[in-house]
Amino acid sequence: MHRSIDLIRQNIPGSLAVLCIVALLGTPESVTPQTTATDPLSGKLAITGASTLAPLIAEIGKRFENLYPKVRVDVQTGGSSRGVADTRQGLADIGMVSRVMKDEEKDLHAFPVARDGVAIILHKENPVQALTDEQVVTIYKGKITDWKDVGGKHAPITVVNKAEGRSTVEVFLHYFRLKNTDVRAHVVIGDNEQGIKTVAGNRHAIGYVSIGTAEYDESQGVPIKLLSVGGVAASTETVRNGTFPMSRPLHLVTRTVPVGLAKAFIEYAQSKAVHDIIKQQYFVPLVD
Amino acid sequence: MTSLSSNTLSRWSTDELLCWVLRGTAAIVGTIVLLIVVFLILEALPALHHLGLLRFFTDPSWHPAEGLYNLTPMLWGTLFAMTGSVLIATPLGILSAIFCHYYAPLALARPYRRLIELLAGIPSVVYGFWGLVVLVPLIAEIQPPGPSLLAGILILTIMILPTIALMADASFANVPQQYLQGAAALGIPRWATIRNIVLPAAKSGLFTGVTLEIGRAIGETMAILMVSGNVVQTPSSLFDPIRTLTANIALEMAYALGDHRAALFVSGLVLMAVIIALAVSAEWITRGRMYG
Repeated sequence: MHRSIDLIRQNIPGSLAVLCIVALLGTPESVTPQTTATDPLSGKLAITGASTLAPLIAEIGKRFENLYPKVRVDVQTGGSSRGVADTRQGLADIGMVSRVMKDEEKDLHAFPVARDGVAIILHKENPVQALTDEQVVTIYKGKITDWKDVGGKHAPITVVNKAEGRSTVEVFLHYFRLKNTDVRAHVVIGDNEQGIKTVAGNRHAIGYVSIGTAEYDESQGVPIKLLSVGGVAASTETVRNGTFPMSRPLHLVTRTVPVGLAKAFIEYAQSKAVHDIIKQQYFVPLVD
Repeated sequence: MTSLSSNTLSRWSTDELLCWVLRGTAAIVGTIVLLIVVFLILEALPALHHLGLLRFFTDPSWHPAEGLYNLTPMLWGTLFAMTGSVLIATPLGILSAIFCHYYAPLALARPYRRLIELLAGIPSVVYGFWGLVVLVPLIAEIQPPGPSLLAGILILTIMILPTIALMADASFANVPQQYLQGAAALGIPRWATIRNIVLPAAKSGLFTGVTLEIGRAIGETMAILMVSGNVVQTPSSLFDPIRTLTANIALEMAYALGDHRAALFVSGLVLMAVIIALAVSAEWITRGRMYG
């Protein structure tokens, strides 16, 4: 029962493709992780963990499969903690963790593949050019409800929040040390595009979305602007060099020093060859 | 029965074959519905076991990440949006069908009917997108923030309007011609004929139309998710944002885990209960009065 749902939860086309391939070829005889086949670049790679990273890793996996036709990459979601737990128990070859590694996770080997940044966005015509962290906190707590209190024109503030469970919410709440119960929102959105359309359609709105999406849409002429956070301009560049504070690394983790297939896959995911996929998914590639 | 089977040469008469095919399909349909309910209950069980059904109605708020699971505001959101849109769409739809059937010239009635059919065929996400970029900014001009119960009601109205309009149209077409000819012979004016003869005669069809539109209004997800703001609260005015039970599932299912996920299945169960309650009450209202 749970297994079938896991397939639904991850992206459907990917899982369908995997299903078809499995149906066509039959299950490979060795499904145990860390394949012991003589050829290092054949077999199955089980990857589980953060839902933020899953679509990205699934795409990278597809390209990796095209390069090495004997390899099957199976990506399942379940959150960063599942990535850590599955990797420790050996249920997965590689785990996906969408945050800074904790101290108690030092037993795992972590490999950053990209960074995820969150930008605060306003409508382009909003005269407010910058907000301090405290101002953002008070706005999201509903203590300031008018733009004139933060240097704008007299108009009620529309607070746009994201639905629970998404990575962007975690990054945002974590940085501002907010709890979701404290947030007094007027609109709750699902994905990034819906958030950008909401802010672009309301001159008095404030929201937050993935930096990659916001930067791309702004460059396409959508009437939004990105606010700097902690005095650092919001851009993929500042996220990449780690100076933008509202951002986090995306890791692949393994239990032991990776060898064979896992090693090849991690090296591939860190290489320049996948930078276009990373950008497509609105994450920020790392400089190598 | 005897005469039928003796007339056929094959061992299986066509009637008997058809009967078994129909029994088979009916059994499949029934099983699917039951399986869905069983699946919902199974998936919701962990949450019901850990938290108990009561907490879904008595918790202070809906914040699954912090272990708070109150569904009541979303239940109200669903019911308010449904009631509002049904109250607007039903008279509009019936009046539009009356116009189409009894007042419009044939040259106008035909394209008008096609237009309504077209309205029924537009995917809900298109309505939602239109609502998000046109309707919501308009409402924001009147009373910010814009995404609101009102926007949800208006979008739902447009979406369920074709359902009731087409059902009413079909049931007017089924009113026996003799009734109308009789009324004309008696010299009864057109509106009096419609009010006193056509509407009572078409009652059962109209009622089916209302039941169908209620079902669609409750089940609608994508459009209402895009325009109604999705803030979990019991609305105190038309301009307050709301979240419906369906939007709740669509918004959070992709990223939910553990109890949170099971709680979303409880949302589904509550939705199912609302629809069963409506179906049962519709049955009760019409029993022996409408179709007899």
